[in-house]
Amino acid sequence: MSEIKTLSKNGLWENNPALVQLLGLCPLLAVTTTVTNALGLGLATLLVLVGSNITVSLVREWVPNEIRIPVFVIVIATFVTMIELLMNAFAYSLYLSLGIFIPLIVTNCAIIGRAEAYASKNPWHLAAYDGLAMGLGFGGVLVLLGAVREIIGQGTLFDGAELLLGEWAAALRIEVIQFDYPLLLAILPPGAFIGLGFLIAIKNGIDRLHAAKQEKQAVTKATRARVTGQT
Amino acid sequence: MSFFIASSPHNHVRRNTQWVMQQVLLAMVPGVLAQVWIFGWGVLIQLAFAIVTAIVAESLFLAFRDKPIKPALRDNTAILTAALLAVSIPPLAPWWVIFIGVIFSIVVVKQVFGGVGQNIFNPAMAGYVLLLVSFPVQMTQWMPPAHLATFNLSFIDSLWLFFTQYTTDGFSVMQVTMVQLGQGIDAVSMATPLDHIRNQLSQGYTLSESLNSPIFGGLAGLGWQEVNMAYFLGGAYLVARRVITWHIPVALLGTLLVASGLGTTFAIDQLPGVNIHLLSGATMLGAFFIATDPVSAATSNKGKVIYAALIGVLVYVIRTWGGYPDAMAFAVLLANLCVPTIDYFSKPRPYGNVKAKESAE
Repeated sequence: MSEIKTLSKNGLWENNPALVQLLGLCPLLAVTTTVTNALGLGLATLLVLVGSNITVSLVREWVPNEIRIPVFVIVIATFVTMIELLMNAFAYSLYLSLGIFIPLIVTNCAIIGRAEAYASKNPWHLAAYDGLAMGLGFGGVLVLLGAVREIIGQGTLFDGAELLLGEWAAALRIEVIQFDYPLLLAILPPGAFIGLGFLIAIKNGIDRLHAAKQEKQAVTKATRARVTGQT
Repeated sequence: MSFFIASSPHNHVRRNTQWVMQQVLLAMVPGVLAQVWIFGWGVLIQLAFAIVTAIVAESLFLAFRDKPIKPALRDNTAILTAALLAVSIPPLAPWWVIFIGVIFSIVVVKQVFGGVGQNIFNPAMAGYVLLLVSFPVQMTQWMPPAHLATFNLSFIDSLWLFFTQYTTDGFSVMQVTMVQLGQGIDAVSMATPLDHIRNQLSQGYTLSESLNSPIFGGLAGLGWQEVNMAYFLGGAYLVARRVITWHIPVALLGTLLVASGLGTTFAIDQLPGVNIHLLSGATMLGAFFIATDPVSAATSNKGKVIYAALIGVLVYVIRTWGGYPDAMAFAVLLANLCVPTIDYFSKPRPYGNVKAKESAE
């Protein structure tokens, strides 16, 4: 149980692939122009991550150490190809708008990193959970960055959600702010870097606040212990 | 009687940041006056609004960071950033353009990186690039110079245009610029000289054909040449008072001169000449006021020359082959990025030290 707790904490916060490890930045920065794109790529990455983690963990006994990296890459590429074909079949417009970044999931270092660092050393159910936590952490940042960029650069949220979720999702589109002249920079590549920088800064800020709070609590406890003799 | 004993140097020049920034602001006066003369009251309105925004933004963010506000405000750096940004943008741009630009310059580019002296990029130019990339329409609506305008906007009308985008009589910016251009000039020549040349050359005209437009006269573009000469005067004052050293302006203008000279020699009538490059756009403002920013420029004299030459080359390359008519802001930002490397390789050798290579042998 505690292993699962550490895994979720690591994947979602402490060792978040996007905010702490800074892995997989290429898709992270390139497709987060809207929430829909971000969610689509986040889900695809999540599925690939879980699938590859399970498979790598299952075959870890038979894979010689010397050729493990090529084997991992082939496993990951298989899952990416499956996801790509599925997207091509069921979410064609999203498939078009994500473009080259779906096949590029193969080269996402977050996935091969998890295969190497965790899945190749642990039983399959833990590896699956690790993939889920890491995928959620990565996808969460993707969606958050997508939301920030879409609001600032376009004034909307969930624009084009029907591409991913089907016709009913067209109603999800929210007009947050009506801009006459939106801040185009947010949609352009520099906006992704600046936005990610701010997200990392906020994450570090929260961590620091948290640490300061814990330190304070620890100190008050210590003083109580010391004054017992005087009162 | 006790003697105060101190080690050398004994001759102090009391120059603090506040004084330096004041001098730079003072040196900007001729350029600003020329801009007001040529482009109307809008320049002054932008300037005042930008400075107020900068001071408010700086104080608020310093308070947020738990830093003392007064000393940081008194060093005038925020005012200078605001002033440089304000003179770079079109005089009739709506108020929120300069507002967003100044907030970005002060908060994101300067304070987030640690405040005065810590910023990697030149705040004013980073703000300018943000605006240029985000609001291409507003950022390219330059007024025709006063020589060509059929009437002059009153101060009240400029103020109304700034805040509401309409004059007191209800004319929009577009209408004002169209009317000002009058009959003889087509709407395209509202573009700045650099923009105009760029358009014409890309349509297959030769340089002499594109220079035929009434927006050219004298040495380069009407109005723009006067503004550039005025900034040159101010810059010369800065060099004379040794607020800045000669290295950056000379290297920058020299490289630009050589590059454009080579360009006209090898592509006769296809590329704008030395006069156009030196007296258009932000050349003089950039060479004397922007590239010389002591924080984001290189440190040693050798480094300054390399840094400024890099800007000169980049300005020429982007103006000639890039996607934008003027390039000072992009060139300065790119060179800012190279400054740590330049500084590393251009460390001055302390007196008596042997070169690392020789001592290693």
